[in-house]
Amino acid sequence: MSEASTSSTVVLCVNGTRHRLCLDHRTTVLDALREHLDLTGTKKGCDHGQCGACTVLLDGRRVNGCLVLAISAVGKQIITIEGLGTSSDLHPMQQAFVAQDALQCGYCTPGQICSAVAMLDEVRQGWPSAVTEDVADETIKLDDTEIRERMSGNLCRCGAYVNIVTAITEAAR
Amino acid sequence: MREFAYARPEHAEEAVRLVAAGDAAYLAGGTNLVDLMKLGVARPGLLVDITALGLDFVTELPDGGLRIGAGTRNSDLAASSLVRRGYPMLTQAILAGASGQLRNLATVGGNLLQRTRCSYFQDASKPCNKRNPGSGCPARTGEHHNLAILGASEHCIATHPSDMAVALSALDAVVHVREPDVQRETPLADFYLLPGDRPDRETALHPAALITAIDIPPLPFARRSTYRKIRERASYAFATGSLAAAIDLADGIVRDVRLSFGALAPVPWRARLAEEALRGQPASPEAFRDAAARELAAARPLRDNAYKINLVTAATVQVLSGLSEVTP
Repeated sequence: MSEASTSSTVVLCVNGTRHRLCLDHRTTVLDALREHLDLTGTKKGCDHGQCGACTVLLDGRRVNGCLVLAISAVGKQIITIEGLGTSSDLHPMQQAFVAQDALQCGYCTPGQICSAVAMLDEVRQGWPSAVTEDVADETIKLDDTEIRERMSGNLCRCGAYVNIVTAITEAAR
Repeated sequence: MREFAYARPEHAEEAVRLVAAGDAAYLAGGTNLVDLMKLGVARPGLLVDITALGLDFVTELPDGGLRIGAGTRNSDLAASSLVRRGYPMLTQAILAGASGQLRNLATVGGNLLQRTRCSYFQDASKPCNKRNPGSGCPARTGEHHNLAILGASEHCIATHPSDMAVALSALDAVVHVREPDVQRETPLADFYLLPGDRPDRETALHPAALITAIDIPPLPFARRSTYRKIRERASYAFATGSLAAAIDLADGIVRDVRLSFGALAPVPWRARLAEEALRGQPASPEAFRDAAARELAAARPLRDNAYKINLVTAATVQVLSGLSEVTP
């Protein structure tokens, strides 16, 4: 990684597979996935961190793929919707979204599912949210209000929120 | 977006040296900087990634205060049991901001230095005295319903967007900074500059200054503190007004109080006049209302943002009454 060069050869670890890529430094994780690795499950919505359609897991945590430069993700584990489950072996969160009809057009769905999977992990770790009454309490009661607040970084312009909340509640059981 | 070089040093001295050479910016979480680069508002020729500098920690100081590494992710600070138990207003302020995804990336140091969300600043095709000094401020006669009523100038009415900084201001946080030849500690109260005729200058920092840590002094009564944010939707939006508050009562009398306002000014606004008015007074909704009025007497609202005065006054009465367990 020379200081003067504006591109670098990097190794990205995506869904457990290492990929060697020559990338312009301007390439985000989102664009690396879609344009260089043909992993088009991760969606580009706003490209400004406002919609959550590009949500992926970075070292197990949900992040906006559109705001992470690929070069800064070197050495980290990226998990995308393709890494969570396959059509013959769905992740429990994917099963719940299907069972509860938690989508209409489906464009935001991969981001919703990646976000929800990591969100449940945050709840298991006892992280509070903006609607948690007593933030010192390390046991979170995951009701609809908590799910809605914790998922507010994922917009659904079809308005499938009601069934998304139901699906996440089901998957959390 | 302009092309840029990239470096990820492992020592703070090296990071500062690289940025001091010019045309460079520090990259931490990137949630604001990468977006501003996409918008053409920020155009660094070199990004110095500071996530390998070991600045990710939250530790208790011998005096009972906290030292927070500037590279600590917002979500980690909010989840820290030291913060949740000792300074709940800080956890609440962090969790009131952005989304779960953004908080997992954003860092404490970056949060302090994030730029205003004034729509004219973020649109490179528009005049803006902060982005392009001397070009003018369309916000004064344009879209300003969410902009400043306190501390602004004829050159700039942008607000500081941070929730976290409002709580840190109420808690008398101290910012540790490394510059090319010196390391210094600056109280948050002296950290930000009001816009005056130089809205492009937002802090008193050296251009290559690197924030390394933030200290929070001990404040036992902050265990009963809160952050209240009012915004145009229930979640994931910047504030129209907010406040961080803590109160220390003895027999119904205000022994001490901390109060800071957010989204009202170009800086997190420590309400020292209101605090002064309340010390020694009986805790009552009337006293809280009078104190807020005293602070907001300096407000200079424009056509569409005078509503913030009533909004924040009512919120102050509600929050301080709640903390004091008196009925508003």
